[in-house]
Parts: sequence; structure tokens; C-alpha cells
Amino acid sequence: MKHWKKTILTAFGVIFSAASLTAADKVSMGFIYVGPKDDYGYNQAHSEGCAGVQKLSWVKAVEEASVPETTAVQETMRNMINLDGVQVLFPTSFGYFDPHILKIAKQYPKVQFLHCGGLYTEGKNPKNVGSYFGYIDEAVFVSGIVAGHATKSGKLGFIAAKPIPQVLRNINAFALGARSANPSATVQVIFTGDWSVPVKEAESATSLINQGVDVLTCHVDSPKVILETAERRGIYVCGYHANGSKLAPKGYLTGAEWNWSKVYTDYAEMVKAGKSLSAGTIPHLVRGGLKEGFVKCSDYGPTVDSAAKKDAEAAKAMFMDGTMVIFKGPLKDNSGKEILPAGKELKQQDISLESMSWLVEGVIGSTKS
Amino acid sequence: MTSDSIGWWGVVIGVLAGAIRGGTPFLLVSLGECLTEKSGKINLGLEGVLLMGAMSAYAISYKTGSPWIGAGAAALAGGVLGMLHALLVLRPKVNDIAAGIAILIFGSGIAFYFGKPFIQPSAPQLPGIQLGGWSSLGQIKAALTISPLFIFGVAVAFLMQWFFRTTRWGMHVRAVGDSPAAARAMGISPTRTRFFSIVAGSALGGLGGAHLSLFYPGAWTESISSGQGLMAVALVIFARWNPTQCLWASLLFGGAQAIGPSLQAVGISAGYYLWNASPYILTLVVMILTCSTKRTLTGAPGALGANA
Amino acid sequence: MQPAASIAGAPSVALIPRASLRWRSRLEAAAMPIMAVLVAMVLFGSFCASQGRNPLAVFGAINKAAFGSWYSFQNTLIRAAPLMLTALCTALPARLGLVVIGNEGALVIGGLTATAAGLAVQSAPVLVVLTAMALAGMVGGGLWITFVGILYYKRGVNETISSLLLNYVAIAFLNHLVNGPMRDPSSLNKPSSYPIPDDKMLPAIGESNIHYGLVFGMVVCLIAWVLMEHTSFGFKVRMIGGNIRAARMAGLPVAAIGLIICFLAGAAAGLAGMIEVAAVHGRANESLAAGYGYAGILVAFVARHRGLAIMLVSVMLGGILASGGILQRQFQLPDATILVFQGLVFITILFSDSLYGKLKFFKEEAA
Repeated sequence: MKHWKKTILTAFGVIFSAASLTAADKVSMGFIYVGPKDDYGYNQAHSEGCAGVQKLSWVKAVEEASVPETTAVQETMRNMINLDGVQVLFPTSFGYFDPHILKIAKQYPKVQFLHCGGLYTEGKNPKNVGSYFGYIDEAVFVSGIVAGHATKSGKLGFIAAKPIPQVLRNINAFALGARSANPSATVQVIFTGDWSVPVKEAESATSLINQGVDVLTCHVDSPKVILETAERRGIYVCGYHANGSKLAPKGYLTGAEWNWSKVYTDYAEMVKAGKSLSAGTIPHLVRGGLKEGFVKCSDYGPTVDSAAKKDAEAAKAMFMDGTMVIFKGPLKDNSGKEILPAGKELKQQDISLESMSWLVEGVIGSTKS
Repeated sequence: MTSDSIGWWGVVIGVLAGAIRGGTPFLLVSLGECLTEKSGKINLGLEGVLLMGAMSAYAISYKTGSPWIGAGAAALAGGVLGMLHALLVLRPKVNDIAAGIAILIFGSGIAFYFGKPFIQPSAPQLPGIQLGGWSSLGQIKAALTISPLFIFGVAVAFLMQWFFRTTRWGMHVRAVGDSPAAARAMGISPTRTRFFSIVAGSALGGLGGAHLSLFYPGAWTESISSGQGLMAVALVIFARWNPTQCLWASLLFGGAQAIGPSLQAVGISAGYYLWNASPYILTLVVMILTCSTKRTLTGAPGALGANA
Repeated sequence: MQPAASIAGAPSVALIPRASLRWRSRLEAAAMPIMAVLVAMVLFGSFCASQGRNPLAVFGAINKAAFGSWYSFQNTLIRAAPLMLTALCTALPARLGLVVIGNEGALVIGGLTATAAGLAVQSAPVLVVLTAMALAGMVGGGLWITFVGILYYKRGVNETISSLLLNYVAIAFLNHLVNGPMRDPSSLNKPSSYPIPDDKMLPAIGESNIHYGLVFGMVVCLIAWVLMEHTSFGFKVRMIGGNIRAARMAGLPVAAIGLIICFLAGAAAGLAGMIEVAAVHGRANESLAAGYGYAGILVAFVARHRGLAIMLVSVMLGGILASGGILQRQFQLPDATILVFQGLVFITILFSDSLYGKLKFFKEEAA
């Protein structure tokens, strides 16, 4: 037991010395990914964000990839704090939050825990925990507009991993965008059931194309297979996570991309300025869309016509000046039930959008597994 | 760009075409496993072999610009990993299953390690063989674009059948698998026969990986295999150690994989997790119906999995 | 049988007269795995050197991250805890001559049944909740593998294949339940069951980071060792494993004993699932299928299915896994590096198994 106490003391010593050392010159950040950091998708987007913030001379960053949502991530967080002297942690997978981040955050009140995509509950969660996410549905909405213009069959396809709020929000935004350009367009959804199942994703793309779908998009960990399958079958495709125009040079319309280096740089500057979550000087909930530069749209592909560009640019301009609302009444779900009456609207910041469980009219699919 | 929908025919075409596209890796690994098991050894490491094959095929195709050299590299990489497996299981007291899992871990480790730089770039793909030129429907044309490795696999299935039935070497393999002691008495070396069976079987498994990364779905990622290598062991029992039946069993498994997405594409989405498990449940049910404690399965090698 | 000899577990031990079990064969039992690990280290060291990293620095870091201090050794022990239990799912039937690899499935089912039981009695006192969960987990996992046993003894279905297939079925079942019937609607982006109340969870030991799952694992391994090596039941099991025909002729109820062993094997893995729920996740979700089952298979074979050796091998593998992170953070090696090391260690250990009794130095005639 004595030995153990000594270790804890030295561990604390490490934190304090690291904190006092780095506070003077360097901000030390730790990034944790659930999959390989070069997956051409979700994890890579975060890793590029890390690379972006690392360019600042006063930032030191460590990364660890392929960390499962088990005790392994608790171990990684502890190691980054105790051995690497990290002051700010970014565990980027949604499943890291409960119970893993909550548990470790209680043990290390001096360290900031910033979680991607989760919800911070005042009073219930530790004070040193915060959450950030991007309104990528804004960029997906713009993709939808371009897709609505491009489709000839009026059938769009969306390949999704699971019927969870983050995914449903993108499907709905895509459908609303498409139907704003082409009111008779429908979006057929296929849920593959998992985040990274390339064979099933290719199979889903093929089935959708066989059903006459002529524009595809997706929300899975890595869209590469879907982009390439669409290109081979000669249909249009919108990207996700990262710019995929190289994978589908002919059929790429546009796409929704993350810009995490902007988010991470903002945080680094706040920490450098001595701000913290527990003092309330770093907000617990950070969200941003096109306007804040958290997300962006890919450049248009070669086939996008001027009418589509005009509508898309108009929508982007409205997002930039904050006047665009994606989810506004009258809005029905795809079983005909009213979600929002005419005149009511849910602004992007509305937190109820982050527990979405419905699919809007025009989407063919079900949220039941 | 086609705008005509084919509705329920899409499900049928999807499942049939999916059987060929998705069944090819199953076919190649199960033929490889069949050859290995006929000689009396089990290779659970084919999952690692599949990943090594997929990575090497993609990397070499990208580097040389020739997908055919890529496919060759996949067979070679599979063979080398097979040699390592043979080195282990041909020694006394080493269990096949344990060695297989060790090879699985090592093979996937090496494939992931050296595959990192090849996730992003696009490698030249194997050209499809067009059998659908007669149709004006894009769906049919796409469905009948067949992987050259599928044609190869079908040929190997029938060749292997002939090999086991009529050739002297085929008889040697079977003799070693049934009773190494008797084979030794006949002057056949069990070690050498098994070595070649394992290495050749793994080379076939590597080609299965090449189909994944160079034809369908046609990309290298670390999750490219969804357990086809592990399932090979079950497939071979399903097929009663008979190469031509491996062909039908693989088509069945490939088709079963496509059922879930095809049904969702026409709007039927209930219980997709359970649909995803359908191939496994099906195999189990068939095994329960056809097995018996009274007799061993026809075609089962007598000394399967035992240490010589 | 002496503990040392049973760790060695060389099958030949039983055949040589006890008097000849001298220091050389005990030394062999200890030296072979150590030499195997050393060979693996040399191979991995050369691999690191070929990738431009200093092998000595890499091993220094691995040691620091896995065994170097009480802080890091805790990480190793946390990683080892579930492996001890899942390994038994392969190890116990192996003594009968059955190769069961349904560890992952039994763990998942045990986690599911434990969660269901815990939720059903969640307002009861903590000990009642935990006992109910543990029992439900063991029964769930136990019946899952008993099904494998029934298929084998009644229908002659190959146990390796049926248990492998059942892994996929169990995971599909888990996904179906936590995305559908068992789903807590407030588990937004990670579909999960309703949570077990925080104060009903399995706590950490003292003020360490280690939860009581480690104690469960060690106790169950010890029980398994006593049962297999020191009871008449264990003797019968080993007899069946040694020669099933002779055991049948001696009148042993082969199928009944087999089914009991299958139940115990599944119960051990089911208990691992219960601990994952009760000590780590607090609810059932897809994180239950984290690969502990597959790692357990390898642990069992490397430990030659002996209860005490399983503890040691679990700690060794736990240490390797716990050092994966530092290779990424300190040496910028990719995440797959630790898989390469793990693969090399197991390949060399399995290879060393075949050298027992082959090396002249360890031959007893010299003594």
C-alpha cells in the first residue's frame, strides 16, 4: 500500500510539474480515436484536426488510435494525463462519454475533458467536462440541394450506419435540401447496422442503384467504398467527412466536410489564455456550423449546373448570416404524423434536435432496427 | 444513367448478383480450407491470410499499376503466411486452432501495419468480365460483370474435385488426412503433403483477399474482411469437404449477405441485425439436421485436427 | 501433483514416474516460455530497428507502461481480469478433448442476462443486485455453451464450428436487443439498455483503479485448478480427455460430465460479461463484444488449459495490450504494432511447446 501511495503522489507531482512547465510555454493536448487514424473518414478528420493544431509552436499534442470503448480508453486517458502531462483531452468517439469520460473526469478535476458529439448536463456531469460538435447537417442540406437538382429519377439514396440522432439529422437535412430543389424527390435509406462494413456498404450502394437511385450519399465511418461504387456505376454522389472528389472525379457533386483544426485551435487558444471549463470561462457546449467554420462544403464537381449552384450558394449565404432554419413547420414525419406545425421552427442551436428520432416526409425507411 | 426501377426484381437480381460478388472470397477461402482440411489440418488463420492478401494485392497493384501482379502478390503473401502456419502445426503438440488464432493476429498486424499508406490512394482494379452485353438494363449489365477471380475459383473447384477423385497426389492428400500412419506405411510423407496442402490453401485464401480489395468492394481498409476467413472453416463442413459443394455453399453465403440491403432498398427494414446473422443460423440449422452421433460425416478426414 | 508440474502441464509428465520429476524438467517448464518470449522480443526488436526505432528504448517503454510501476501494473491487471475468465471457456472443455471457441458469444449472452437480472431487481440492496447479476450471467453464458455440448453429444455437431457460429448469433442478438426491445431511448447516439444504478455497481478495490473483477477472475481460476487437478470429478474429466473409449468402458457418464463442463465453461465467460456490465459499462451495449473472448482462446492454449497458468498468461497478455498506447504516443508507431508483437509472442510460445523433451539439456537421463 505504501508503494501505491508513493506512486499516486509522484503521479500528482507529474501533473503539477507538467502543468506548471507547460502553462509557461506549451499547451498540451491529447487526442483519442476509436479506429485507425487513417480511415479516410471520421477518425482521419479528427487526426487532421490534431495535425492542424499541432502546427502552432506553443501546442504539444499526443494521439492514440484504435482505442476501444472499454477500460482501454480509461487507461489511455489516465496515461495521457499522468505520463504525458496532457492538460486537455479530446476523446472523439461518442461511446467514450458514459461511463468512461465521466469516471476519469471526476478523478482528475484539473484536466479539461472535451467530448465530441455528446451532451453536457449541468449539475449532473463533472464541471471539467465539455462537449463540442459541428452542425454538419448544414453542409449536408447544401449537398441535398445540389442532389435534388442533379437527380433525373427523383430517387436519392442514403447509406447510413445506425438510426441514431446524429445520423437521422443528416438524413433529414439531406431530404429537406433535396426537396427544396425538387419537391417530388424521395430519399431511400439503408442502415447497414455498423460503422465500418465495406462489403455491406458496397452491397447497399448496388441495391440502391438497381432500384433507380441516381444520387447517393452516406453517413458511415469511411465513405470510400460508396463513392467508388457510385462512380463505377456512373451515378452522382455527395461526399461525407472529407473531400472525396478524387475517388469519384466524374460523379462527385459536393460534400459535407469537417474542419476540426479550427475547433481545436479555438480551444487551444482558450486554454493558453488561462481559461477553463470549471471556472466557466470555456463554454460547456460548443457548437458551430458553416458560419463558425466548423464544417464546410466541398467544391462543386464538374457536372453541377448553374441553377444548382445558384440555389446552393443562396442557402450557404443564409447559413452565413444566420437566417437559415432547416427544420421548420409545417413538417411531417414519413408516417404522416406532424412534427412541427406551421409557423414553428427548430433553430440549429435547439438542443432537442440532438435527440431526433424521426425521419421527415419523403424519406423511405424506418428508425426501428 | 438509368432511371427505370425494377422493384422486386431488384431483390432477386441483388441476391443472385450478390451471391457471385460476395461469394467469391468465400469460395476461394473455403477451397483453400478444403484442401488444408483434406490433408488433416485446420487453418483458422485464413482470416489473417485474407487480410494479408487484400493488402498486398492493393499495395502491389498501386505500386506497379498492374492488378494482375497485385493478385499474384496476394497469392504469394498468403502462401508465405501459410508456411508459417505449417511450420507451427506440423510440429508435435501444437494445436491447429491455437496456431490459427496466432496467425490471425500476426497476419492482421502485418497487414494493418504495412497497409497504412495504401488506404487513401486508388489502385487499379481487376477488369470485370462482361457477360451482360445482351441486356439493355444497367442493372443486369452490372450484375453480370463477373470477377475474373470468380471464374478462376469455379475452375479451381472443379479441378480440385477431379484432383481428389482421380489423381495420385489427390489420393495422397486424402490418405494423409484419413490416417497419417497408414499413409506413412504407403511411403507417403504426411509432413510434406500437409505442408504443400496448407501453403497452397493459404495462397487461395490470399486470392480471396485480392478479390476484396481489387474487385468488390474494391478498396483496402482495415475492416475489409467481415470474418469470411473464420467462416471458411464452417463452410467446409457445410460443404462436406467437397470442392464443388464449396462453390454452392459460397454462393449461398454471398447471397445471404445481400438479402438485408436488398430488402431495405425496396423499403423492408425490420430486424436487419437478425437478417445479418442469417448465414450463421442457416449453417447451424443445416448442421443440426444433417449430423449424427452414429456416423462421421461423409468426406470428413479421419485425422482432422489431430496431431500426427 | 506438484503445483510447479501442473503449471508446466507437459502431457508427458503423467507418464513418467514421479521420482524422475527432477529439477531439469521443472526448469524446462519455466525456461521454455521465457525463452520463447525472449526470441519473440529479439524478432520484434529487429522489426522495430528496421522501422528506425531503437529496440532497447521500445522495450524500456513497454516495461514502463506495463510492469514498471504500481500505477502501470494496475493497467495490466485491469486488462488481464476478463481474460482469466474467458480463457476458462476454452480451457475447461479442452481437458475433455473438446475445442470450444464460443467465448465471445458466452460473454455477450452473460452480459445480456446479467443486465436483464440487474434491471429487474435494481431497487434491492447492492449485494442482492450483484448476486442476481452474477448468477444470471453465469446461467446465461452456461446454457449458451451447454447448447454447444448438447449439439455435440446428441447430434454429433462439431463443437468448434457450432460455438464459432454462435458467437455471431450472440452479437447479432445483442445488437438487435439494445437497438430495439431493450433500448433506453435516452441512450442517444450509442444505443444501450437502461442503466444499472451507479450505487449498485461493482466497485474498485480500495482506492486503486482495479475493479473487483480481478478478484473474481483469480478466485474462479483457482477453483478451476482445484476442481480439475485435485478432485475425483476432475480426474474423470481428464480420463475422458485422455481416452474417451476407455472412459466409456469404465462406465463414466461421458455426456453428463461433458455437459457439466460445458456449463461451467460458459458460466466463466458469462461471469466475465456480467463483470463488464457491473464494473465497467453499467449497461449492455455493443462495447460488450470487445474481443476478450477471442483473446481468451489464445490465453487458454498458451497456458495449456491449466488454471494457474491462465492467470500468469492473462497478466502477460494484459501487459502487452497495456503497452500498445505508449508505442503510439512515444514512438509514433502505428496502432497495429502491438498486434505484430502479440502475434510474434504467441507464435514463438506455441512453437516452443513442440520443443518440450526435445532439448538435450533438459533430458532427465542426465540426472
